[in-house]
Amino acid sequence: MPRKTITISDKIEYLSILDENGQLDKKLEPDIPEDVLLQLHRAMLLGRKFDERLLNLQRQGRIGTFPPIKGQEASQIGTVVHLRPGDWMVPAFRETAAELWRGRSLESVLIYNNGYNEGIDIPEDRNDLPISVPVGSQILHAVGLGWAAKYRKKDDVAMTFFGDGATSQGDFHEGLNFAAVFQVPVIFVCQNNHWAISIPLSKQTRSKTLAQKALAYGMPGIQVDGNDILAVYAATQEAVARARTGGGPTLIECVTYRLMMHTTADDPKRYRSDEEVEQWSKRDPLIRFEKYLLDKGLFSEEKRNQVEAEVLDEIQAAIDRAEKQMEALGDPMDMFDHAYADMPPHLKEQKTDLANELSESAKEGKHG
Amino acid sequence: MAKMTMVQALNLALRQEMEKDDSVIVLGEDVGLDGGVFRVTDGLIDQFGDQRVLDTPLAESAIAGVSIGMAVHGLKPVCEIQFSGFSYQNFHQIENHAARLRWRSQGRYHVPMVLRTPYGGGVRALEHHSESREAYWAHTPGLKMVIPSGPRNARALLVSAIRDPDPVIFYESKALYRAFREEVPDAEETMPIGQPQLVGEGKDLTMISYGAMMRPTLEAAAELKNKDSISAEVIDLLTISPLDEEILIQSAKKTGRVVVIHEAPRSFGPGAEIVSRLMEKAFYYLEAPIERVTGFDIVIPLFSREKAYMPGTERILRAARKVLAQ
Repeated sequence: MPRKTITISDKIEYLSILDENGQLDKKLEPDIPEDVLLQLHRAMLLGRKFDERLLNLQRQGRIGTFPPIKGQEASQIGTVVHLRPGDWMVPAFRETAAELWRGRSLESVLIYNNGYNEGIDIPEDRNDLPISVPVGSQILHAVGLGWAAKYRKKDDVAMTFFGDGATSQGDFHEGLNFAAVFQVPVIFVCQNNHWAISIPLSKQTRSKTLAQKALAYGMPGIQVDGNDILAVYAATQEAVARARTGGGPTLIECVTYRLMMHTTADDPKRYRSDEEVEQWSKRDPLIRFEKYLLDKGLFSEEKRNQVEAEVLDEIQAAIDRAEKQMEALGDPMDMFDHAYADMPPHLKEQKTDLANELSESAKEGKHG
Repeated sequence: MAKMTMVQALNLALRQEMEKDDSVIVLGEDVGLDGGVFRVTDGLIDQFGDQRVLDTPLAESAIAGVSIGMAVHGLKPVCEIQFSGFSYQNFHQIENHAARLRWRSQGRYHVPMVLRTPYGGGVRALEHHSESREAYWAHTPGLKMVIPSGPRNARALLVSAIRDPDPVIFYESKALYRAFREEVPDAEETMPIGQPQLVGEGKDLTMISYGAMMRPTLEAAAELKNKDSISAEVIDLLTISPLDEEILIQSAKKTGRVVVIHEAPRSFGPGAEIVSRLMEKAFYYLEAPIERVTGFDIVIPLFSREKAYMPGTERILRAARKVLAQ
């Protein structure tokens, strides 16, 4: 037959459990222990409040440019909660809430955003990678880590985060394809926040969903309401369980929204309307989750305020600690550290040259 | 001890390291069943299986990027990029991550990977199959860039590269793959990375080269000896970066006359760096301006014109005699 029909799946699931009005689909409600629900809430609130405080500090000139996460807390916490310490989290650069969940300290974020790479702080018992700036490039590292875990016959998984813009990159394609071919235990978490700086999703792809790209690679894909932590939680639970038991990779598209700017160096008013932002503000992941907790009787207005007060105290204490710690940082000679396992002769020479220059400048009373 | 081509010697290095250490993984396009297009990985899949010798999808960025992940996990991936002309598709993975993860993670992680790839002209190949672009890698902080010049040092350097805790870009000359055989010991042999080798002592002239250009350089040195009664000191860099200048400076001080030879384009090439260092540290000992014999600053021509592009013995001799005449 010269021309015939090849049947392939043309369906992808969409999952929403707690809608933007806080209405719950009881049949789909995941069974999450009460203490975990409260931990999830606290982590989301910490992410939100820290983000607000960071913006405040940035506007005061007390930290440098940073990428706000506001609006994406559910996508980050609902996914990363399923990782064990020995698993690998491979972030892009807008996963601060997820990193904090994994044990990164608040002060390390502040120190990093003040231009010190001492702020790259990966807790000893965690296997996570530091943030990765070139869009989508980290996807491949997660595949290598997952492959290595499988080779070593461990049931660890790798989870990598990226945005909608990253799905246009070659590394997205190469990574998902490689992972599917070798059935690597990776969870690909796409935080579709609708904007890659000024480029809307409609200019990033003609695909109806990003999740459907999984079908072409021969792996499961699902689109979830990324502002619904219950849906994110449920979808990720399935994907992680599958990966751990030899079922290979999954692509999860979390449909969410970047409520703030790309980074603090950007003005979103140049490319999107206030109405759009307002629409998405109504779908705030935190508000609906709080309503859910209230409805469940796990929460009260008083309790919420208490958690918020605790979180704000925690943030303030971290700022105080970070500012203190940074007093001891700043020796420019440290920039030569960690270039190679052993410093080669030419670098030793360059380091000595700089040390001499700096000491001469100091003697002459000059700065820099 | 057996007489081996460079291909066989590299295969021996991989085989022995894989036997010794199950963290050594080979991956790339056609490296398994086909044994690599130049047969460097021939037979490895039979001995070690498809869990350790991975025929990957045709995706250079993935080959490098996945290797980075493997290396961070503690494996020692040796990936093959079929031709260095295709390695630019993974350049960003090496520059942005392999070379930086030690620094970025404050020493928590490092990337002990080797990226092997054939380079260079002289084999009448297609476009993108003949370049010599070691300067890209040598210019990248955090990398090591190694180019062997014969079967024995290729084997020893590859073993060292696999064991090196930092990422190593390992260029293999296609022109040398089967050009000649050398005795290669069965017993393990390594060579320090970052150490050039004095391959011929002399007092009148210093000739600095590496990789495939070592052969015409040595031929030129022999001719200078026979026809001009000139004793040339010949240095094989072996490691382009980090460049250990000590032996170069000592030799330049001794002879006062230097020629640098490489097939890479001239501008901003390794020769420029070498000349700079000699100007900084041996200037007062020099009797004549240093000459460079290099490829031209153009796309390497298709093979009908390739011979005129490649530095050969004649061109090296002309430069040497010019330096000697001053």
